[in-house]
Amino acid sequence: MKQRPIRWSVYAGLTPAILIVVFAYIGTIVWTVGISFTDSRMLPVARFAGFNQYIRLFGTERWLTSIQNMVIFGVLMIGISLVLGFLLAVALDQRIRAEGFLRTVILYPYAISFIVTGLVWQWILNPTLGIEQTVRGWGFESFRFDWIIQKETAIYCVVLAGVWHAAGLVMAIMLAGLRGIDPDLWKASRIDGIKPWRFYWHIVVPILRPSFISATVLLSLGVVKLYDLVLVLTGGGPGFSSDVPAKFVMDYLFQRQNIGLATAAATTLLITVLCVLTPWLYAEYFRAEKRKD
Amino acid sequence: MTAPETRIRSVPMGEGPSGPAPKSLSTARIGIYAFLFISALFFLLPLYVMVVTSIKPMEEIRLGGIFALPTTVTFEPWVKAWSSACTGLDCRGISPGFWNSVKILVPSVICSIFVGALTGYALSFWRVRGANLLFAALLLGAFLPYQVFIYPLVRIYSATGLFSTIYALVLTHVIFGLPVMTLLFRNYYAGIPVDLFKAARVDGGRFFSIFFRLMLPMSIPMLVVALILQVTGIWNDFIMGLTFGGLANRPMTVQLTNLVAPTEGEIAYNVNMAATIMTAAVPLIVYFISGRWFVRGIAAGAVKG
Repeated sequence: MKQRPIRWSVYAGLTPAILIVVFAYIGTIVWTVGISFTDSRMLPVARFAGFNQYIRLFGTERWLTSIQNMVIFGVLMIGISLVLGFLLAVALDQRIRAEGFLRTVILYPYAISFIVTGLVWQWILNPTLGIEQTVRGWGFESFRFDWIIQKETAIYCVVLAGVWHAAGLVMAIMLAGLRGIDPDLWKASRIDGIKPWRFYWHIVVPILRPSFISATVLLSLGVVKLYDLVLVLTGGGPGFSSDVPAKFVMDYLFQRQNIGLATAAATTLLITVLCVLTPWLYAEYFRAEKRKD
Repeated sequence: MTAPETRIRSVPMGEGPSGPAPKSLSTARIGIYAFLFISALFFLLPLYVMVVTSIKPMEEIRLGGIFALPTTVTFEPWVKAWSSACTGLDCRGISPGFWNSVKILVPSVICSIFVGALTGYALSFWRVRGANLLFAALLLGAFLPYQVFIYPLVRIYSATGLFSTIYALVLTHVIFGLPVMTLLFRNYYAGIPVDLFKAARVDGGRFFSIFFRLMLPMSIPMLVVALILQVTGIWNDFIMGLTFGGLANRPMTVQLTNLVAPTEGEIAYNVNMAATIMTAAVPLIVYFISGRWFVRGIAAGAVKG
């Protein structure tokens, strides 16, 4: 019985977390999913509409485009960032001069917001202001670099800005991984006369597998949440050619006043993330703990 | 424990680079330097463009573009961006946004770190029923897209009269900062010997007294990491400020997008870029000062995406 007051204070300490989980996480998710099964438009109505919103959603070209863009962005941004980040880490690990300076330069974009990132790249890529204009000013009158205003290529501009923002993160993770590798391995490989690139490819990359996985997980979170960057860089345009799901949801919630469709889109996003995430989370946090016990 | 931030430590400065030692300036080394040099240019380019353009008069931008070095340096765009550039009819520059961001930042950072540390402490030292469930729910909260939560939150804030107040924003940052903060402190406390905690219990320490008098003072390093994470994260937030801040409490990022939105007449790129640098300044200063601490926080903080 002496334990009682202490128990109470533990729950008092956990109250904020419990309230947040119950109301702000579970409650809102249930609410959002609930609305997606009604035919709500401007205001939520409780008229059950089955899967109508979902059928409409997947008949909406803009949604399909935004899903496609998320995949393009995800694959390219993660792929390029991993390769570039790894190469940068390897290069920085070669006893080079000014390593500290270079590390700082490569990583600083990660501290900057997506809003600033998007704005500055939008200026650089803007054909009438940035690279195209400048190269033409040098005398190459027919030079063209207008990806940002072309429907087919606008999403690649988002990829470029995304890589600029994220490559430093990968570099930091990989460099930490490289510095953790047993120095004897290097000595042994040198004695055996293994070519450096073979050593990196066959020995270092497999050792850094956990670092690659962490980096991929961290980057893929940004892919699903991608919103601000697109908003300021391309505005989702031209047309809706560079739209992404998060922006689709926000637009249909607050500008187009179609919350039924917006919540159906949000729910689809939620299910996608859960499918990818649950196995990984389980493996990462809960199985690992059992092993420790 | 294999949570990301314990696995990816900051780059140990003591241990030197582990690559093969250079013999002479071989072609390979020239290649490495060339690669690093070009990469550095790529990463520096946007910063260069912003700084250079922000100190140029408009005529020069019109003639020479945004990449050329300025021939005449002027700080007028900076002054204008701070105090007199127009957002619609409001001609007070970006400074109101800056102060709004400060007003949002301070309570949000303090509250979110406090709640996160408390939750992490409770979950690592006290046997609570359902602790794993709570932790799992928190983790999910860290990974799910905000779009799932946002509409109901708008309705809740409207119903409670919190909408478009500072409180709504602070609460929102506490809500979405909690998973990462909890994770951070839970993992940190997991590294503290349980015997220390048991000794405190034997000495009659209660839940809150152990937290305030023993654990919190012991967690200074984690508090610093959490501070770095939350200051940069909350300062860089856009979507929450846009959705919940209303007109009166627009943070700097939101105000920046309004400020640079094309209006009639010529776009003042120099003013826009000055305002953009100012918006990036706070997290950049944090980054340059904190150095390796920033790297330490990265893996944990990046969970936020």
